[in-house]
Amino acid sequence: MSDSVQQQAPAGQAPSSQAPSSPVPRVRAGRGPVGRGGAPGQPESRRRRKRNDGAWPWLFVAPLAAGIVVFYLWPILQTAWYSLTTFGVFGGATFSGLDNYRQLVADAALYRALGNTLLYTAIVLLGIPIAVYLASLLNLPDLRFASFYRVLYFLPYVAMPTAIAMVWRIIYNGDFGVLNYVLGLVGIEGPYWISTPGAAMVAVALVGLWSSLGFSMIVLGAGLKNIPPDLYEAAELDGASRWNQFRSITVPLLTPSISFLLIITVISSFQLFDLLYAILGSTNPTLPRSMSLVYFFYQAGFVQNDKGYAAAIAMVILLIIGVATAVQFRFQRRWVHGG
Amino acid sequence: MADDLIAVRTPDEQREALRGTTPPSGRAVGRRRRRRRQGSHVVAHVVLASGALVMAFPFVWQLIMSLSTNAEVQSVTPTIWPETLRWENYAEVFRQLPFLSQLQTSVMITVARTLAQILFCTLAGYAFARMHFRGRNVLLVMVLSILMVPSQVYLLSQYQIVQGLGLLNTFGGLVLPGLFSAFGTFLMRTAFLAMPPELEEAARLDGANPLQIFWRVMLPLARPTMSVLAITASLWSWNELLWPLVVSTFSERMPLSAGLATLVSDRTVDYPVVLAASLMAMAPILILFIALQRRVIDGLASSGLK
Repeated sequence: MSDSVQQQAPAGQAPSSQAPSSPVPRVRAGRGPVGRGGAPGQPESRRRRKRNDGAWPWLFVAPLAAGIVVFYLWPILQTAWYSLTTFGVFGGATFSGLDNYRQLVADAALYRALGNTLLYTAIVLLGIPIAVYLASLLNLPDLRFASFYRVLYFLPYVAMPTAIAMVWRIIYNGDFGVLNYVLGLVGIEGPYWISTPGAAMVAVALVGLWSSLGFSMIVLGAGLKNIPPDLYEAAELDGASRWNQFRSITVPLLTPSISFLLIITVISSFQLFDLLYAILGSTNPTLPRSMSLVYFFYQAGFVQNDKGYAAAIAMVILLIIGVATAVQFRFQRRWVHGG
Repeated sequence: MADDLIAVRTPDEQREALRGTTPPSGRAVGRRRRRRRQGSHVVAHVVLASGALVMAFPFVWQLIMSLSTNAEVQSVTPTIWPETLRWENYAEVFRQLPFLSQLQTSVMITVARTLAQILFCTLAGYAFARMHFRGRNVLLVMVLSILMVPSQVYLLSQYQIVQGLGLLNTFGGLVLPGLFSAFGTFLMRTAFLAMPPELEEAARLDGANPLQIFWRVMLPLARPTMSVLAITASLWSWNELLWPLVVSTFSERMPLSAGLATLVSDRTVDYPVVLAASLMAMAPILILFIALQRRVIDGLASSGLK
């Protein structure tokens, strides 16, 4: 197991192995012909530079490059352009400068969607401390059934969101849902989860937490493997309690994995769509008040067919995610190295 | 492990020696420590098992409800176990929903995208990592920059391209943009970068051309990473909702993910039948995952992306 983790580590910027390097795929181009691990070969790199690969590289790159340019790069530019365009109801498009953005900034729906997305993100982020605790238990030496637990915790992550949403709809149902039944047993009257605006977002977020917990535990597990076991042995000899070991060894040494998870979780939470669409249903009357940013985009672009407005929403989502990621990288640098 | 025990034993023995008692044999210390740890694992098991119960509950509940009657699902006091197990609900799925054609679509999309991503990303990843050509770095930056962009930014115009090609509601439209992956290229490039250059040099001296070097020497070494790519590509293809929802309007042409999501607003279908359908829709990926669990877990832990 640890073997294959090692082996994969370079393949995917293993979140834990090297604290200083940024864990998310950063653009790392322009580093010369010799990549990581090729350091010792100064003369060799010179020899290799002289080599001429002729037309071969283009044969290798062309299929992917064509697809990426046509289906990704060009659309990105086009969306940026659309966001500055007003589309007529019967076709025709006119350049309208920042009109879409002006309209968007004044639209209460944007702030509602942003608020909902932030609420969702905050609740899903609560899963990280839970995952840290559970992963530290799961990675105890010689724990029996560890791989059995791992599979169970991980299942929700691979389950199709729209399919698993069906059963959550029934669990959350206000009339016959088992959740409100259980809450009723302890004297709490549960709301109509899916049709009450605030409760709907909480309900969706709890499913989001449930489905991402296993993934977080896996990432943290890889980080835990890199903590030298003698630290715990030494702490135990010094009479440190389990809790103190957890607090002063596990958590500090896991900060690279944790901050990696923070970034990944925020980015993927901002993409909330599937669960919301499937749990609430597209005809749900609370939907206008329970929209996420991506749902807001979908609504504008594909339900109301307002391409210019939807493009502006997409650009705003890009901006928000960009800012959030930059802030987290900043914060991470201080947090991981400053402590 | 043995090293750890030795390293730990030394201060242990010192302390014992200071106290003036005879130090126990190293083996006994190891055994005692292990026993103490095993003992305290009870708490871990209690916590992990109750957590696992919460994680597994929706799946179990889904199975039970899919075998109940519609009335049992909607009874105010939950029916923990149905009076009779109605396996015929599963047959109803095929009668009431276009399940079979949706399943076929899902399988085809997943297979096509996974194969295409493996092919294109491995080739391009190798070229980016090990070959030299003009404009390589510019092209690489362009590919990798897509990783930073949320999918909404290219979705609108991908839709327009597919619409312009007349591919709405077709298999081609469903798979097309997903055949190419910037993430997969990044993944494969990093894998090739980490491989020792000596192998290639040796093959080159033997007169192999770049395709032969790639195919005979490098590709076999990249197999573990290719399986990571296969896993992430198929997981994402199978479960994806937004794109199929946008490019297909007839439920017969949708994959399972979109088919189930649009079913929600349709009240004519019984709950147990919907649950049976969604259980069957998840099953292939769940089974695949359980069969390959170690590889999936290691792979996703290292790739770190959805």
